[in-house]
Amino acid sequence: MFHRESGVFKTTYSADMALYPLPIAKWTMIALAVIFVLVVPMIVHEYYLSILNLIFIAIVGALGLNILVGYTGQISIGHGAFMSVGAYTAANLAVKLDLPFWLTLPAGGLMAALIGVIVGMPSLRIKGLYLAIATLAGQLIIEWTINHVPAISGGAQASIEVDRPSLFGFEFDTQGRLYFFLLFFAVLAIVATLNLVRSRIGRAFVAVRDQDIAAEIIGINIYRYKLLAFAISSFFAGVCGVLYTYYFGIANYEQFQIIVSIDYLAMIIIGGLGSVLGTILGAIFVTLLPIVIRIFMEDVGSLFFTTAQMANVISGLRLGVFGGLIIFFLIVEPEGLNRLWRNIRSYFRVWPFSY
Amino acid sequence: MSEDLEFAFALVLSGASIGLMYSLIALGFVLVYKATDAINFAQGEFVMLAGMVVVTVLGAQAPLVAGIVVVLLVMIGFGFGLEKVVLRPLLGRPVVAVIMATIGIAAVLRGWGPLVLGIETRALPLPIGDEPISIGPATLPPIQVLGAVVALLFFLVFNWFFKKSRMGVAMRAVADNQQVAQAMGINVERYFAIAWAMAGIVSALGGVVWGAMLGVDVQLALVGLKVFPVVILGGLDSIGGALIGGLIIGIVESLAAGYLDPYVGGGTKDFAPYVLMILVLMIRPYGIFGRRQIERV
Repeated sequence: MFHRESGVFKTTYSADMALYPLPIAKWTMIALAVIFVLVVPMIVHEYYLSILNLIFIAIVGALGLNILVGYTGQISIGHGAFMSVGAYTAANLAVKLDLPFWLTLPAGGLMAALIGVIVGMPSLRIKGLYLAIATLAGQLIIEWTINHVPAISGGAQASIEVDRPSLFGFEFDTQGRLYFFLLFFAVLAIVATLNLVRSRIGRAFVAVRDQDIAAEIIGINIYRYKLLAFAISSFFAGVCGVLYTYYFGIANYEQFQIIVSIDYLAMIIIGGLGSVLGTILGAIFVTLLPIVIRIFMEDVGSLFFTTAQMANVISGLRLGVFGGLIIFFLIVEPEGLNRLWRNIRSYFRVWPFSY
Repeated sequence: MSEDLEFAFALVLSGASIGLMYSLIALGFVLVYKATDAINFAQGEFVMLAGMVVVTVLGAQAPLVAGIVVVLLVMIGFGFGLEKVVLRPLLGRPVVAVIMATIGIAAVLRGWGPLVLGIETRALPLPIGDEPISIGPATLPPIQVLGAVVALLFFLVFNWFFKKSRMGVAMRAVADNQQVAQAMGINVERYFAIAWAMAGIVSALGGVVWGAMLGVDVQLALVGLKVFPVVILGGLDSIGGALIGGLIIGIVESLAAGYLDPYVGGGTKDFAPYVLMILVLMIRPYGIFGRRQIERV
């Protein structure tokens, strides 16, 4: 049960593709499932559950961005805008048509996917820098449109309040209940991504990323797969936006500004481009960082700053530390936390004979 | 002139002067891209940093000249340092990595800048008075005239620099083909650093004129967002393109604000440039004057 293989002994493709290459992986997953479903909600305080909830939402969005940037190699600075498309679609449907969450959630995702494909169109002709600028324009145009069209934004404050989601009369109204709601979607997103990236589509994405001309020569329709990557990525972003809306009980465009796009880029760079585990680690890291900074500053910073200054100081520190970490990881460890984790694991795997 | 024409003339004039100020900032972007092929997403933050340095120096009761000298020195040093610490280790890495790194720089400057140099909005007074200057039937605030003049001056200087000076010619060689330039005995790495330092100089001046117009706080970095429409329109590696692109974007923005704002409730000024930019990306991605060297996929 605890052994690991000493080499690669796989003889079939299905063994090579298995989600759980060894029994220990399966046991770990079962243990994690028990901990997260039974133990954590029983013993963890409501405040920490709310942090976990934020991490679950971030995982969904970051996985979507990693499919696009990490696996397909197309850069996007418009992820926050796609979230806002999902959020406002769901909020409008929930308030005006009184639809339940299991209809508004896919609707928000699909709407975001549609907009994502439109914004992604330029990727058919241009790449790299030009695509980055095109998606930046997409972000700003979507932000402006939502803010200036009352039919979407619901009036002066550009925000729409929604009720908590409910299923068969069971209302997810406390952090403890929302925990299960969000955990379900985070797990769904993780499993979907794991399955996507080891499928035909996922391998096509990687081929497009690594060498698009070679990919085209071996018969991959790169236009189709690029647009598909934009669609899937935006779908995840849209769902993430809907989850934010239900979590906060309000859809507000200020939650999805360009800063958010940068946060999500930070998650996947710090976590590791092109890795599901890295995405999860990055989402945890980036969600926890501002909380740690805030706790630290409330203890230490109060010696230097007044309470009024504190909010500005914290948001400045947060942004500054993020930027520093992005640069640090890009220069020192481009494969991110995922690589660090693999290094640690392989150290113990061959211990005590490390060479 | 009829009243409609006068209105249009005033809009065009004001747009053109703002546009020239945009091209001043875009110039910093173009210089870096031309020489090093790196994309600077932090150009607006450079401008913000420069503005903050100037008001901090002025806040210490120093004369304006001292402020400008200090900001020039700081920004040159900053450009050199940035190239050395961040950009050089990323040489040869995919373009996405460089883009992300400059986004990181932008976040660092936006985060630490106000913390170190002051959070509150401060005015940057220039000794040029407030009397509007009238040109034909329209009037312009003096700061816009000054900004436009500074921008034009810089274009003349850079035009001379790239055409005539030894350093400028070497820089064009580096931009054209790094290996050949190296074979000709040009120290390529040194010119990369110089390009960043020149972006620093341009940003320093941009910080002074934009800071004087808008006031200095973290919002000043937002002018950097207008750089992209300007350079895409003009062509990423063309200095003349930055000038023409800035003029067009400024005029389009001003006309859109003048004629469309009453119908849609404001804000077209921040919207029109990007629509224009998307159109350019679709039709002519290398811009008006850019080299037709975009990698097609």
